[in-house]
Amino acid sequence: MAQTTHSPSAPAARSGPIGWITENSLAGMARRRALLGYLFILPSLLGVLVFTAGPVIASFGLSLYQWNIIDPPTFIGLDNYERLANDTRVLQSFVTTGQFVVLAVSLQLVVSLLLAMGVQSLKQTGLRYVFRTAYFLPLLTSAASISIVLAYMFHQDFGVINYYLGKVGVARIPWLNSSTWAMLAIVLTYVWQQIGFTFIVFLGGLSGISRDVLEAADLDGATGWRRFWDITLPMLSPTLLFAAVIAVIGALQVFAEPFVMTNGGPGDATRTVVMMIYESAFSFLQIGYGSAIAVLLFVVILLVTALQFRLSNKWVFYQ
Amino acid sequence: MSQAASQESTIATTAHRSLVLNRLGLLIRVTLLLAVAIIMLAPIVYALVTSLRSPVESFTLPPKWIPTEADWSSYRSVFTTIPFEQYIVNSTVVTLAIVIGQLITSALAGYAFARLKFPGRELCFWIILATLMIPLQATIIPVFVLIKELGLSNTRASLVLPALSSAFGAFLLRQYFLRIPDDFEEAALLEGANQWEIFWSIYLPLAKPGLSVLAILTFNVYWNEFLRPLIFLQSIDKFTLPLGLVNLQGYLGTGSISVVLAGVIVSLLPVLVVYLVGQRYLVEGIMMGGLKG
Repeated sequence: MAQTTHSPSAPAARSGPIGWITENSLAGMARRRALLGYLFILPSLLGVLVFTAGPVIASFGLSLYQWNIIDPPTFIGLDNYERLANDTRVLQSFVTTGQFVVLAVSLQLVVSLLLAMGVQSLKQTGLRYVFRTAYFLPLLTSAASISIVLAYMFHQDFGVINYYLGKVGVARIPWLNSSTWAMLAIVLTYVWQQIGFTFIVFLGGLSGISRDVLEAADLDGATGWRRFWDITLPMLSPTLLFAAVIAVIGALQVFAEPFVMTNGGPGDATRTVVMMIYESAFSFLQIGYGSAIAVLLFVVILLVTALQFRLSNKWVFYQ
Repeated sequence: MSQAASQESTIATTAHRSLVLNRLGLLIRVTLLLAVAIIMLAPIVYALVTSLRSPVESFTLPPKWIPTEADWSSYRSVFTTIPFEQYIVNSTVVTLAIVIGQLITSALAGYAFARLKFPGRELCFWIILATLMIPLQATIIPVFVLIKELGLSNTRASLVLPALSSAFGAFLLRQYFLRIPDDFEEAALLEGANQWEIFWSIYLPLAKPGLSVLAILTFNVYWNEFLRPLIFLQSIDKFTLPLGLVNLQGYLGTGSISVVLAGVIVSLLPVLVVYLVGQRYLVEGIMMGGLKG
């Protein structure tokens, strides 16, 4: 009888760390779960620490150095930031990006909200499906590849857009060759590509507004604009905040459209912050200076996002 | 009696009028929505029909919106002018490696965060969640330096390695695992299953919708990405599709746009297929903010 307790099928009898883990008890099971937990999160945690969290801190560090990636780096303190504060090209790129964000995000939000409301009001599921697909499709394309297509379409001489504008008597517009028009062409391209995102988000938000609330509003005689301002908009405001925050963060990082369509030009008219980071760090190999611009952009993104949440207390309505 | 009749007819005309107004409103709405739909589809259709014209004709106006005599020569040219086949292989290898990597790491982490208890779990979760906020630009320079130090410059691995795990993926799959009730585990324990078996053969199959969402979103993001390939890759034979096409456009200038557009259309095909197969999952993921990563 005494021998059976020592049989291999009773792991409790093993000693040392293996026994501690394989112990056939509730405590042993909890230990196995914990061990498995650590093993399971290890790849993700490692990846995030090495390729995201670490590099953010390293960006701050690198911004204090002068370094061309070949010679050893030199510590220069805050000199990169001092240079940045006096670099009109870089400061201008922040202004340009700011203008882009305001134009692109407001156009994107307004148009996609109208489209979502229009599609939501249709009862024919077939029509809804067709429109949903059409508005959504551009989001699936690559911003870089589709910018090639739009650059051809916006071409002053053989572009299809000027061709049809000419049919209604509009003189050829120098879309990509004038500083005012180039910004507009890039805004339109960006919004065209991104509208599907906010459209889908709004469509989800609108279908979440309960029929009861809308029917009650109808009974109270609230229709048309009144219903939109007093019922739909407040009910949709949390969705609106979510869409606005993500749209602004995305637009602040715009790169492919101006890079492909205008290469930042004419002059620096469409040179965005990320283009300046790219140019400094990877064309001119000024790793430290590029990092300083990247750090500034990161801080701007954090501040703008915090501000949006702060201001949201005034207009977002939580049920 | 006559009063009642006229009242009745007034009600009838009012009802009739509101019906007409409703019809008219619907007509206006559908017309406007249709106009926007045409604008939204126009660039894709333009790219398609222009790629089917002969290179010489490709920039003559107006565009032929209905390709009566399709000329497929541009689709041949794009393969002979540039190493287009190599671009397709590169994009496929890089994207699939990243999708598989993210599915594995995110499923493991998501399961652990949702269902396994261990000291420090909340802290680790918050660390990963906090990095969701960090934009690519804030990390790309140090990652570029790290890639160089590892000797991976100008390799496909330089694109894959940093993207093998995803904070968004871990977070997303945690949400899916949280939805699955605990009862399954208790039943499995009674039948003598171990912890790995519970994860692998019970919970993972139940999280399939979440895995689909992550796979489709990740495929879209990395198939289309441009900035990292532009920075990490130098030689043409390593290029992915978007980078190769932008390079071709710059090289050809405005020479023969049908060749470039043929390339654009080919690069769009996998994404369209993925949309047709998994649009439900795609929409679900986008609502969680996944495509802006």
